[in-house]
Amino acid sequence: MLAMNFRGAFKVRADYDMPYPEIEHPGDAIVRVLRSCICGSDLHLYHGLVPDTRVGMTFGHEFVGEIVDIGSDVKNVKTGDKVIVPFNISCGKCVFCKQELYGNCHEANPQATAVGGIFGYSHTAGGYNGGQAEYVRVPYADVGPTVIPEWMDLDDAVLLTDIVPTGYQAAEMGGIQKGDTVVVFGAGPIGIMAAKCAWLFGAGRVIVIDELEYRLEFVKKYAQCEVYNFKSLEDPVVFIKKTTDSLGADVCIDAVGAEAAGDAMNTLLGRKLLLQGGSTTALHWAINSVKKGGIVSIVGIYGPTACLVPMGNVVNKGITIRANQAAVKRLLPRLIEHVKNGVIDPKQLITHRIPLEEVAEGYHIFSTKLDNCIKPVLIPPTANS
Amino acid sequence: MESDENKSKDFKNIRGGDHSHIKGWGIDADSKNDPTYPIKKRTDEEHEGYEWERPTQQKVDVEILKSIERPNITAVFGTSVPPSGLSGAIRRKAFEKGEGSYGRWLPLILADRIGVYEGIIDDLKKGIMPNTFAERGWGAEWKYNRKNFLIKTAVGALVVAGSVAILISSNREKSYSK
Ligand SMILES: NC(=O)c1ccc[n+]([C@@H]2O[C@H](COP(=O)([O-])OP(=O)(O)OC[C@H]3O[C@@H](n4cnc5c(N)ncnc54)[C@H](O)[C@@H]3O)[C@@H](O)[C@H]2O)c1
Ligand SMILES: [Zn+2]
Ligand SMILES: [Zn+2]
Repeated sequence: MLAMNFRGAFKVRADYDMPYPEIEHPGDAIVRVLRSCICGSDLHLYHGLVPDTRVGMTFGHEFVGEIVDIGSDVKNVKTGDKVIVPFNISCGKCVFCKQELYGNCHEANPQATAVGGIFGYSHTAGGYNGGQAEYVRVPYADVGPTVIPEWMDLDDAVLLTDIVPTGYQAAEMGGIQKGDTVVVFGAGPIGIMAAKCAWLFGAGRVIVIDELEYRLEFVKKYAQCEVYNFKSLEDPVVFIKKTTDSLGADVCIDAVGAEAAGDAMNTLLGRKLLLQGGSTTALHWAINSVKKGGIVSIVGIYGPTACLVPMGNVVNKGITIRANQAAVKRLLPRLIEHVKNGVIDPKQLITHRIPLEEVAEGYHIFSTKLDNCIKPVLIPPTANS
Repeated sequence: MESDENKSKDFKNIRGGDHSHIKGWGIDADSKNDPTYPIKKRTDEEHEGYEWERPTQQKVDVEILKSIERPNITAVFGTSVPPSGLSGAIRRKAFEKGEGSYGRWLPLILADRIGVYEGIIDDLKKGIMPNTFAERGWGAEWKYNRKNFLIKTAVGALVVAGSVAILISSNREKSYSK
C-alpha cells in the first residue's frame, strides 16, 4: 500500500511498497484512512529531535477513516463505521485510563513509562505505524475510535483527533477564571485553538505571541484576540508586564514546545546540539510573564532529556505548572457539541490539501512555513474510492 | 537500611489504614485541594497498584525493547521496524538504562543517525536510488518559493564549482612542486 516512509531527518517519501497493516490483537481494527494531517509534533520527528525515531517508520497521529476489519473482541464499532481516532492509544482498563488520563495509558507503550502510546510517533511513543497511509492498525478499537456524526464534515472530524482537544485542554489546564488575562505563546494550530478556547472559559483578554506575521493575522481574526510579533519586541516579557499593569498575565500557555525560536543559547543547546530536550524559550517567557501565583499551562512538546527552565522564578513566584498530552477521548463529547453549535469551526485552519503521494512536499511546506501554511491535510488516493 | 535487594515484598501503602497513633492525622485534609481537576477523574482504584485486570496480551513475535522502569511488555505495542544492525545493537544497550539517564537517550540519538545510513544501504540493496531532491520535498520550493530556490541553487552551484576549482589548482600546485 501507499504510506509515508521516514528516511532520516528532513527526508520522507511516499512509498507504494509498504506492507498492509494486520490485526495483531483481538482488540484491533484496521482503518482505511480518509484524511490525515501533519502536526507540529510530527515536525519534531521530521527534524530528527525525538530519540528512537527509526528509519522505515510511518508517521501520522491525526487521522479519520472507515473501519474495514475488526478483531474478535471488538464490540463498540463495526466495519463500515467512519471514525475519529484520538491520537492517544488507550486501553480503557488501566488506572490512568479509568481516571480519564487517556494520554497516559500504562498498557500501550513498552518503551517508555513516561510517555503513552501515540500513533506514528517513534518508538519512544510505542513504535506504532501511523495514519499517513492508506490503511492503519488501530489498537483498542473499543476505546478510542468515536463514530463521526452524520452531519459532521470530515475536515472538522480530522481536527478533533488532536489540535482542537489539545488547544482546549491547554486553556482548561490554565484554570482560567472569568476576566483573566491569558497569553498564548505560539500561533500554530495548537496556539490558535488555545486562544479560541480561552474565551470559552471566560477569559477577559487573550494575547497571542508569535513571529510569523501571517499566522498572527489569522489568529487575530479567527480567535478575536490581540496579537504581537516577538521579533518587533525588544523583550517579550517586559512588554507583557507593561501591558498587564506591570503584574503579569494570570495565565500563560506554552503552545510552542521544543523548537522555540527567539533565543540563540536555547536554540543552540536544544535544537542544534540536542543537549537538552528542546529549546525552552517560549516556556521561559511563559514562566517569566505570568503573575505571582499564576498558572502556566504547557502543551508544547519537549524531548525526554532535561530542559533548562528558570526554576527559581517558578518557586519564588509561586507558579502552578500544569501540563499533559491532551486526553482526546475525554474531551470529544463536549467538543463535538461545540462544533455542532458553531462555537468552534475547526476546518478554517486547513490551508493545504495535499495528495498522500506528495507527502514529502507536504512536510517541506509545513516545516518551512511556505505558502502561508497553517494546517496541511493529506488525502490518500483510496479515500476517494 | 532498605535497599533494592533486601526490601520487604509487602512494602506498600495500605490506604484506609488506621493512623490514629498520629496526633492530628487528616484534620486539615481538603478534597478540593486538587490541582488535577478536571483533567484527572479521581477514583480509588489506583491505590491497589499495578493490579488491574489487564487487557489481553498481544503476542510478542518481534523484538521489543522494554523500559527497565516497568515489569512487563504492555498489552499492546507497535511492531514497526524492530531493532537491527549496528543501530539495533546500540538501541539494545541504551535500553539497559533508566528513562532519566542521558546514557539512554544520547545513544538512541546516535542510533537514529546510524540508522539513516543503514537505510540508504537497504535501499541500494533493493535497487532504490536515494532521491534527496524528492525526499526533501524540494519540489515545493520550486512551486512556492521559486526566486529563493533559484538563488540558493545558484549559490550552491557556485560553491561547488569554486571548491572544485580550488582543489584542482592546489592539486596542480602539488604536482608542479614535486
Ligand atoms: N500536548 C499535546 O497533546 C500536543 C498535541 C499536539 C501538539 N502538541 C505540541 O504543540 C506544539 C505546537 O504545535 P503546532 O502544531 O501548533 O506547531 P507549529 O510548528 O505549527 O507552531 C508553532 C508556532 O510557534 C511559533 N514560535 C516559535 N518560537 C516561538 C516563541 N519563542 N514564542 C512564541 N511563538 C513561537 C512558531 O513560529 C509557530 O508558529 C508542538 O510542540 C506540538 O508538538 C502538543
Ligand atoms: Zn498532532
Ligand atoms: Zn490504559
